[in-house]
Amino acid sequence: MTNAAVAADLIADRLVPFPKSHFLAAADLNPPFVSALLDLGDAFVELNRSSTKALDLLRGRTVLNLFFENSTRTSSSFEIAAKRLGADVVTMPVGASSVKKGETLIDTAVTLNAMRPDILVVRHGASGAAALLSQKVGCAVVNAGDGRHEHPTQALLDLLSLRRAFGDVGGLTVAICGDIAHSRVARSNVALLSMMGARVRLIGPPTLVPGDADRWGCEVFHDMREGLAGCDVVMMLRLQLERMDGALMPSTREYFRFWGLDREKLAWARAGAKVMHPGPMNRGVEIDSDVADDLSVSLIQDQVEMGVAARMAVLASLAMRLESAR
Amino acid sequence: MSLAVVNARLLDPASDYDGPGAVLVEDGVITLVEHGGAPIRGEQVIDAGGLCLTPGLIDIRVRTGEPGAEPKETLKSASLAAAAGGVTTIVVQPDTDPAVDDPAMVDFIQRRGAALGLVNVRAAGAATKGRGGSRMAEIGLMHEAGALYFTDGDHVIADSRVLSRVMSYATAFNALIACRPADPWLSEGAVATSGELATRLGLPSAPAIAERIQLERDLALVEQTGVRFLVDQISTEGALEVLARARGRGLEVAASVSINHLCFNEVDIGDYRTFYRLDPPLRPESDRRALIEAVRDGLIEAITSAHAPAPAEDKRRPFAEAAPGAVGLETLLPAALTLHHEEGIDLLDVLRPLTEGPASLLGLEAGRLAPGAPADLVLFDPGAPVIVDADALRSKSKNSPFDGRRLQGRVARTVVAGRTVHAL
Repeated sequence: MTNAAVAADLIADRLVPFPKSHFLAAADLNPPFVSALLDLGDAFVELNRSSTKALDLLRGRTVLNLFFENSTRTSSSFEIAAKRLGADVVTMPVGASSVKKGETLIDTAVTLNAMRPDILVVRHGASGAAALLSQKVGCAVVNAGDGRHEHPTQALLDLLSLRRAFGDVGGLTVAICGDIAHSRVARSNVALLSMMGARVRLIGPPTLVPGDADRWGCEVFHDMREGLAGCDVVMMLRLQLERMDGALMPSTREYFRFWGLDREKLAWARAGAKVMHPGPMNRGVEIDSDVADDLSVSLIQDQVEMGVAARMAVLASLAMRLESAR
Repeated sequence: MSLAVVNARLLDPASDYDGPGAVLVEDGVITLVEHGGAPIRGEQVIDAGGLCLTPGLIDIRVRTGEPGAEPKETLKSASLAAAAGGVTTIVVQPDTDPAVDDPAMVDFIQRRGAALGLVNVRAAGAATKGRGGSRMAEIGLMHEAGALYFTDGDHVIADSRVLSRVMSYATAFNALIACRPADPWLSEGAVATSGELATRLGLPSAPAIAERIQLERDLALVEQTGVRFLVDQISTEGALEVLARARGRGLEVAASVSINHLCFNEVDIGDYRTFYRLDPPLRPESDRRALIEAVRDGLIEAITSAHAPAPAEDKRRPFAEAAPGAVGLETLLPAALTLHHEEGIDLLDVLRPLTEGPASLLGLEAGRLAPGAPADLVLFDPGAPVIVDADALRSKSKNSPFDGRRLQGRVARTVVAGRTVHAL
């Protein structure tokens, strides 16, 4: 049998229906299902690395990519994932069309719903937008990032990358560093990592770490040296440069000096610690190229690869639920 | 090289010691403090002849004109004035041109000051860029470069969101933030405190509550963020009450008062003498009394000279158009001693907010007579009469409200890191 055929068998074995009708937040998952989804993800990685990447698990299904915010990597990751599963994919950069004409989110949703898609992948700048849409449409909704609320597939792909690098996520100490306050990636990762038994620390300047973040079950640090001590994983977040305008941060050079990850700071973490970043990176602001490009410590390229596999697992699992609901 | 100062009356607020003694200095550091009359030796011996020996004064609010307005005051003229006044550490305000709002400027001030070889010149950094009140300055980098605290000086950060973020951010470095409590809209254009006198004089005035209102806001933000905070130049009884209430709730906030507001009241502006045009404006006598009692009760961490040089051309104008502020480095000690001579406040309690108080607020080693502390010392005669002559002041600007006043207290010698920088 070819590698692709082995992978396809593995996928068929491991396929499990999604526990909810939508995937809006990390809380829609549960630990046994996450493990199953990661197993499935591993199989998709094998498939993606073979020469025949196409499957027909979503044949006849329409996946609508609805991106109200600009995004290249997430929308193409979802598009590739859906296409490899055999779906008909339409990617709509909504930012450029009807929204500008004044149509409300719900009107757009109702209109698109009438075209009978099966899965709606949504990114929107407002927290809660994906949940609102899910109440108004008849198809499955996948949250691809809503405001500063959640980005659950990102957390899932991070988990897949970590499990492949460390074997097990339980017991790992993961430091999420930077602009926690405005980060949906941080919120989803805190929820999912904690669910899977990792210890999560949050590190950043006090203006960028919510004051009540310690109640999320995380330890909060404002000093990188203290926060990184004993960490297995350093997950850097992107610093939005417009944060300088609102007096949240004085300058990028000061940010890099105190919270940017370079060799010196990475040495404060446990030996062999891995570095992650959801991308796109501001080199020289939150991360030094020296660290980001060192494949012996950086999982950043892996994260992109795992993104497609994890999203294939989510879409396939949601499609299976749609199948069984029929 | 060792230096022994013997036969002195030691006044050390940090250890509450007021009595005879001697101090030995080696390599710029105090190595021995002897209480009582036991003899000590040094390669150089100074017989104090019974004069008072106290840690050099620390003045945390000094404006100069360097860079940007050198005709007003340079770091050199300010340092000379400080040395003559027994002030061994000055903290220069960031309101220069350009403002001290980045680490290179902090470095510039401190290096220029050190090169003079006179007193310790330290810098306060701006809290916002250009002291503009909208974008945060590089507090972390300036802190690393040696800035002792952060303030926009006489500019009030009106935007509460900006101030709350500055405060919150500063906690990452355990940095001290200082704010002038003055409601910017009530205070706009005011040169006097609202009341009968200001009305009669026809001067634009601000009500005293302008201070209280802003202080209430500042303290609410301090409570929320947990920042280390200094109330810069408190001047009214109402604000003192607000401060006392906050401290009663367990809030740790420090307060400074300017020497001018302890020595003068609004009646002094009666002849439109612009040397009494100050910011905050002079207050009614009841406020001055309340400030004196606060010093007596130990509620004030720092007394400052609020040194603000303004040349004659900026002062010889109609009252409301004159530049605010007064020079004060050289007169700080005798002016503060009026609190002892006239108000009966214990000498140690007068000296504490001039030495140990600001030192512990800013985390300085100086400000105490103890082994290991830098040998920053001042020898003075507390009772010697002086008549202040503004023209004889070392400051480039001569705008002293004490001009012509009879005070008591003369600095005989000022020592910085074991080196005499001023002697009669």
